[in-house]
Amino acid sequence: MSRPIVITNVSLYGEETADLVIADGAITSLSAADAPADAVTVDGSGLVALPGLVDLHTHLREPGREDSETIETGSRAAAKGGFTAVHAMANTTPVADTAGVVEQVYSRGKEIGLVDVYPVGAVTVGLAGEHLSEMGAMADSRARVRVFSDDGKPVADPVLMRRALEYAKTFGGVVVQHAQEPRLTEGAQMHEGIVSAELGLAGWPAVAEESIIARDVLLAGHVGGRYHVQHVSTEGSVDIIRWAKSRGIDVTAEATPHHLLLTDENARGYDPRFKVNPPLRPQRDVDAVRAGLEDGTLDIVATDHAPHPTEDKDCEWAAAAFGMIGLETAVGVLQKVMVDTGRLTWRDVARVLSETPARIGRVDEEHGRPLAVGEPANVTLIDPADAWTVERDGFASRSSNSPYIGMELPGRAVATFLRGTPTYYSARFQEVAQ
Amino acid sequence: MSGTIMSAADIHRALTRIAHEVIERNEGADDIVLLGIPTRGEPLATRLGERIASVEPGFDAAASVGAIDITMYRDDLHRQPTRPIGSTKVPDRGIDDRIVVLVDDVLHTGRTIRAALDAIKDLGRPRAVQLAALVDRGHRELPIRADFVGKNLPTSRRERVDVHLSEIDGEDAVMVTERGDK
Amino acid sequence: MKHLLGTDGMSREDAVLLLDTAAQMAATQEREVRKLPTLRGKTVVNLFFEDSTRTRISFEAAAKRLSADVINFSAKGSSVSKGESLKDTALTLQAMGADAVVIRHSASGAAYQLAHSGWLRGSVLNAGDGTHQHPTQALLDAFTARRRLVDDPEGKGLDGLTLAIVGDVLHSRVVRSNVSLWTTLGAKVVLVAPPTLLPVGVSTWPVEVVHRLDHAIDRFDLDAVMMLRVQRERMTGGGDAFFPSPEEYTRLYGLDRSRMDRLPSHAIVMHPGPMNRGLEIAAEAADSDRSVIVEQVANGVAVRMAALYLLLAGEEAA
Repeated sequence: MSRPIVITNVSLYGEETADLVIADGAITSLSAADAPADAVTVDGSGLVALPGLVDLHTHLREPGREDSETIETGSRAAAKGGFTAVHAMANTTPVADTAGVVEQVYSRGKEIGLVDVYPVGAVTVGLAGEHLSEMGAMADSRARVRVFSDDGKPVADPVLMRRALEYAKTFGGVVVQHAQEPRLTEGAQMHEGIVSAELGLAGWPAVAEESIIARDVLLAGHVGGRYHVQHVSTEGSVDIIRWAKSRGIDVTAEATPHHLLLTDENARGYDPRFKVNPPLRPQRDVDAVRAGLEDGTLDIVATDHAPHPTEDKDCEWAAAAFGMIGLETAVGVLQKVMVDTGRLTWRDVARVLSETPARIGRVDEEHGRPLAVGEPANVTLIDPADAWTVERDGFASRSSNSPYIGMELPGRAVATFLRGTPTYYSARFQEVAQ
Repeated sequence: MSGTIMSAADIHRALTRIAHEVIERNEGADDIVLLGIPTRGEPLATRLGERIASVEPGFDAAASVGAIDITMYRDDLHRQPTRPIGSTKVPDRGIDDRIVVLVDDVLHTGRTIRAALDAIKDLGRPRAVQLAALVDRGHRELPIRADFVGKNLPTSRRERVDVHLSEIDGEDAVMVTERGDK
Repeated sequence: MKHLLGTDGMSREDAVLLLDTAAQMAATQEREVRKLPTLRGKTVVNLFFEDSTRTRISFEAAAKRLSADVINFSAKGSSVSKGESLKDTALTLQAMGADAVVIRHSASGAAYQLAHSGWLRGSVLNAGDGTHQHPTQALLDAFTARRRLVDDPEGKGLDGLTLAIVGDVLHSRVVRSNVSLWTTLGAKVVLVAPPTLLPVGVSTWPVEVVHRLDHAIDRFDLDAVMMLRVQRERMTGGGDAFFPSPEEYTRLYGLDRSRMDRLPSHAIVMHPGPMNRGLEIAAEAADSDRSVIVEQVANGVAVRMAALYLLLAGEEAA
């Protein structure tokens, strides 16, 4: 067990200042006076303490694409970004559609121990969109899978989606949809609009996302399953989700940091770092996603951390892979777009980046807990004044396909504790090294 | 040595003398074709053609005066900003078996003339090529000399010779300035 | 000018300089000796990831007539399927000392990336990238029209002229380049196409959009009509088709004699080639006195000579 740690004068949720006494994996007191004699004391002045962050949407690539990320490098990137839990998407090779694969990912995560890795199970066998995978076996495995997604591909068949929503209810699972109408997006390269027309890149209409969400929320309303929309990127999607919630449909939704900050204008230099699925949208959509996150229509922020090796991005736009890494920049981007603009408080950040994603993923017994005595010491310390420039060589991730390279972000996580063990700490917290 | 070296009258006299010399050297003007090198060689060639015609009434100036752009034949293109290309006008009479008189304002290193000789070679095969220059300022870098010179003007390399012609500059004058004077 | 990647963002001054230079180049091509020593010692690589014999030989003729050394590099089949090939190819060309790379690629933006990636130092000429830009085609179209329609054209643009471009705007790099260039030069551009063959963002382009060729002929005083090649495979294929049938396309958008006769008497007919006679253009239009299609090909060499001259002849960029 780690030595006890006392973090003094830290602002809980960006609100009242307290001391966090961490011992035996839990928060034991909010006053340094109660600290054990052998505790390491670090100064938390100016820092914000949040419950350890939870990412509902991470690609760790292992097994299969260890050239872009491994569970180990991905865990390291997550810890550095302030995360204590990640949900690892199923589009690996082999696909995580059996108990065997999800258990392997789960135990590898445990072995590394930097972050709790919760495997996401595929909705359909091989992500092929044809047959339901054995969700029950995955749910009952040691990995206790509760989140099911064919991410990277949509569940396009409406009957299959209906069955998945119904069947997942058996074990409290949530069906997580990558909303993309496949016929409307064949060969699509970027958002269909003014910029795509100029650049001569095949367009990806907003309706390809919105039509699937509209269908799915109606299905979820009809059969009563738990439904979650990934990476919401358009104004229409936000409107549909808002409408569905107003009707009492059990739908949750996520926004990614990149859809909160970047627009399709970023594609103008044909730099494939800005190629992502769903594509970057015009400012109007970005504004709507921000508003949706602000008013709670969009429940959470999830990174869609999607590592790719250099050669998959150092090429023609059309040949490049979709996706960008995001674990290590999520806090900075969210602070820049939502906190520093007054649209979200740090208390809200705890909700959208920890509490609610933990609840949607059904890992809320361990994660997204209150910063209170007796709770597990999953804690992230954020320095909102530690402005930094994102550098290509600065990532813990094995990949560096970040759209933010060269950009200044206002703050970042400076230390992360998983059940009391420091999994990441910046130079300022050298003393916590055990 | 700075200031105006040739006045309008000087230029007029020099061109008249050159016209006579061209006729005398070639025993008439029957086969003469004048090719001006842009920019200022062009109006000089036109003027010279008019002078020749005034002495030799059989000389059809309009059909005997043209222009030859040498930009694409220069050997220093890569050392200069990109130059716009001037026009080449081969006179109606053509240049094959004619006596071509190249006309330029200032003869200096000789490289322009070398380029012009290359350009002529691609246009046809004259019987002879001669060179008329309003000013010869010396400093040759190639074995080239003028057949007809308006004024020999010993200069230092630091000096700059500017020819102004009314067709382009609104006045006729040849001026010498020290580099950096302006 | 360091690169020629597109006509979007090109200044009017540069566009006119290119056309004027092309005029001088065209004049040299009427001489007995058509070869100029201008680019002796320069190496031009024709890097073609897509088959286009016509464009390649046009660039090859242009480079050779300026005495440049020409290397033809056909990289077909190694393009989008394996993306690193563009980078590796560029590094190879850099090592070989290419002063200019003429690139044709099926991926939009490939020329831009080649010019801005730092993979090579030479000039890049875009000979067509995906459905993005094809600047020398637009320049030769503008050059051909200026020669035919503008008196004493040197130094002038295309002010006051009206051009109609008819056909598959959605997939056409020729249209994108022509729209930018002609509007920069002061012309009005009318796009004529069914909505299925227009990009969603076309409403922001500085053009008029008409859905029927007959309406374009009725409503505008057209000085030039450019017929685009129709790809038959885009017409068929069930739900993917952009148009019900070739016959319907010809009925609505084909240029035949009766439509041609309704054009003003001075109007010219253009086509970037290769033509589908009987589909977008009838033989009687393609072979008429108004047709400048053969001139376009000849002018292509002069325009490409001008581009190579302006990119390569000047002092090396620091």
